[in-house]
Amino acid sequence: MKRVFPILGLLTAGLLSYALYLALVVAPTEQTMGDVQRIFYYHVPSAWTAFLLFFVNFIASVIYLLRRSPKADIIALVAAEVGVVFCTVVLVTGPIWARPVWGIWWTWDLRLTLTLVLWLIYVSYLILRRFSTSGQTPQLAAVLAILGALDVPLVYFSIWFFRTQHPQPVIGGGGSIDPRMMHVLLINWAAFSCFAFLVFWSRYRLEVLKRELEDTQALEDLLESPRSVR
Amino acid sequence: MTYLYAAYAATWIIHIVYVGILVGQYSKLRDEIKNLNERK
Amino acid sequence: MSLTGVTLIKDLRLEWRSKDAINSMLFFALLVVVIFSFSFDPTAEESRQIAGGLIWVAFLFAAVVALNQTWAREIRNQVLDAYRVSPAPANSLFLAKASGNFIFVLVLEALMTPLFVVFYNLRALGPAWQLPIVALLGTWALVVNGTFFAAMSLRTRSREIMLPLLLFPISLPAVLAMVEATTSILTGEYSAKFWIVLLAAYDLVFTTGCLLLFDIVLNAE
Repeated sequence: MKRVFPILGLLTAGLLSYALYLALVVAPTEQTMGDVQRIFYYHVPSAWTAFLLFFVNFIASVIYLLRRSPKADIIALVAAEVGVVFCTVVLVTGPIWARPVWGIWWTWDLRLTLTLVLWLIYVSYLILRRFSTSGQTPQLAAVLAILGALDVPLVYFSIWFFRTQHPQPVIGGGGSIDPRMMHVLLINWAAFSCFAFLVFWSRYRLEVLKRELEDTQALEDLLESPRSVR
Repeated sequence: MTYLYAAYAATWIIHIVYVGILVGQYSKLRDEIKNLNERK
Repeated sequence: MSLTGVTLIKDLRLEWRSKDAINSMLFFALLVVVIFSFSFDPTAEESRQIAGGLIWVAFLFAAVVALNQTWAREIRNQVLDAYRVSPAPANSLFLAKASGNFIFVLVLEALMTPLFVVFYNLRALGPAWQLPIVALLGTWALVVNGTFFAAMSLRTRSREIMLPLLLFPISLPAVLAMVEATTSILTGEYSAKFWIVLLAAYDLVFTTGCLLLFDIVLNAE
């Protein structure tokens, strides 16, 4: 396992560099927005990745409540954390894109607002995990994750209707997309997915190690004799 | 366009900061494990 | 009589006897209205546009203050353990608490509303009969999740800040709906129908969710 990681890391770095080259050089320039539109190739894959990770968190939380498997709990935690990181990228690149194009930093664009609400929900999830003093923190967190996930369609519809009543600029670029642009988008998406996977894997291993250490320390305190950690 | 480079830079800064935090926590854990093993 | 009913009546009776909590919250609600009125002093035309948002933010503040002490009495008297070991379903306790909060927050709103009408010279240009429906659905949305998250926050550091921290993000679609519905009724420019339906859907989803999941929260120690 340990030898695979550096190889995958190098491959991912290569893919990311290639994807960057495609985004900056190869992709055709957009008619109305110009070069700024290239932010699209980072903004959209980050959003897809974040949403996928939040979905993983939901599934893992459900599995945890059904089976009480510690692995499911760790996956839920890691998915939420990495998801928040990618979500932050979406929320930062969105306004940077909006400003030169629309002259405003923020608009209640459907995707951007949904991303903001998701970011808030999952940050509150992470804060609960950190601040909880209960022995059943994984259960409480899983419950919160499920309620949060139930909220998502309601958030979507509320924003969608709000925008039909109060029309606002659209940031993501609606309408059909040039196939060459789609190609660059998909390559960037693949690259960021690989990157997300590696970050996820690292954080997973870190959490496993942390818990092993905690268990060992707890056991040691209990028995008052030194023990080794693998 | 400065905005374009700002967006790309911001993306990587965020990712590097997070990975940096992970690396820091890894080394902290390694040290603690070493302490635990040495005490044995 | 059902356990829910008994618990609810007990809570209401206790609240009525210890008037401290009620009085301080009423006064807090009044203060909120006055401060908002100082800060935003619009013309009659403008006030209809923003009053919806202002009123619901004020209600939200008042609700959080009320929600924060939902379980205080249970904690003080170590009653929660008794509930855990009793054969009564956890739902009844939750429903009783949520209903008690619901009634209480509605009372606060009923007192704050006339003040807002006075300070902002409010008059609904749309169908005013829809306003109580919005108030009931919206308040229940806040209270059902608020009671649930208040229980969740019991075993956390910074308990009082944890409740709004958990409640606000998840309540955003409901708050949007409440505000938009109220504004559309006040201005008479749009129909509030969609927002009312959304609030009803929100209430249905989260009442079900909270009822199903409360057992886990009650048993977390």
